[in-house]
Amino acid sequence: MIQLIAFYLFATIVCLSGAFTIISRNPVHSVLWLILAFFNAAGLMVLAGAEFIAMLLVIVYVGAVAVLFLFVVMMLNIDFAELRAGVMRYAAVGLALAVALVAEIVIAIGAYSAGGLALGRRIAPIEADVPNIEAIGRLLYTRYLFIFEGAGLVLLVAMIGAIVLTWRQRSDVRPQNINRQINRRAKDATRNMNPPVGQGVEL
Amino acid sequence: MIGVTHYLVVSAILFTLGVLGIFMNRKNLIVILMAIELILLAVNLNLVAFSAALGDLVGQVFAMFVLTVAAGEAAIGLAILVIYFRSRGTISVDDVNRMKG
Repeated sequence: MIQLIAFYLFATIVCLSGAFTIISRNPVHSVLWLILAFFNAAGLMVLAGAEFIAMLLVIVYVGAVAVLFLFVVMMLNIDFAELRAGVMRYAAVGLALAVALVAEIVIAIGAYSAGGLALGRRIAPIEADVPNIEAIGRLLYTRYLFIFEGAGLVLLVAMIGAIVLTWRQRSDVRPQNINRQINRRAKDATRNMNPPVGQGVEL
Repeated sequence: MIGVTHYLVVSAILFTLGVLGIFMNRKNLIVILMAIELILLAVNLNLVAFSAALGDLVGQVFAMFVLTVAAGEAAIGLAILVIYFRSRGTISVDDVNRMKG
């Protein structure tokens, strides 16, 4: 019973905050609604017994992706009122498409529930006595090791790509040149002079 | 116990909200990226729900990979957004078609 109440609570909030993410006027509010949606989706996943993915969702999405969005929204000086101009023009066709899509998906779910698909084979059955994290770890480091490494590669490429894309060398400022500083020697920088009396030193 | 159908309906609603978000905010690139995140969240919810319903752990492993790709996509997308804003001074998607040859 408590499970059912929790499920409906999480499901309601996730749908509502998803809707507010889309219709918010201010993108900062959109990001905050998105964070709420992620938290409640994590709650739904805990209910389904997938603790690891739920925690990963909180850490990766809320801790990294949402904060990245927040940074970008607040860093760029954007006139958001101007960007909202065409919303109502596209809302009608968007709504029609959304209704068609949700009808299709509900029909598909109905077809799935009606049976006919024999899903008897299990690749990695869930064992009741093994903790979720341990079971995923076993699977990830044996059967899916190469895909796991590939995921790491994807993240590496994304990181390098983001750095390379946003890197710029500015010519209007004079930044510190560490190479030149280190290569400079005392004998190049100083001169020993012994000027005669009455004469100065030419610099 | 909550059936898999409940989860499927929730994630169908989330997916549709994501698609609707792309259509409604045709100009605002940031909200479009957030809508894509919503779509990927719906996909993850589906994978986890089926994993729990069928008693097979593979769904959760693949949900993790989807998460990885989503994180990379957000990073690259926002980087492109930043350099686009730097050169144009706006993030309106309608202006992007200037890029064509």
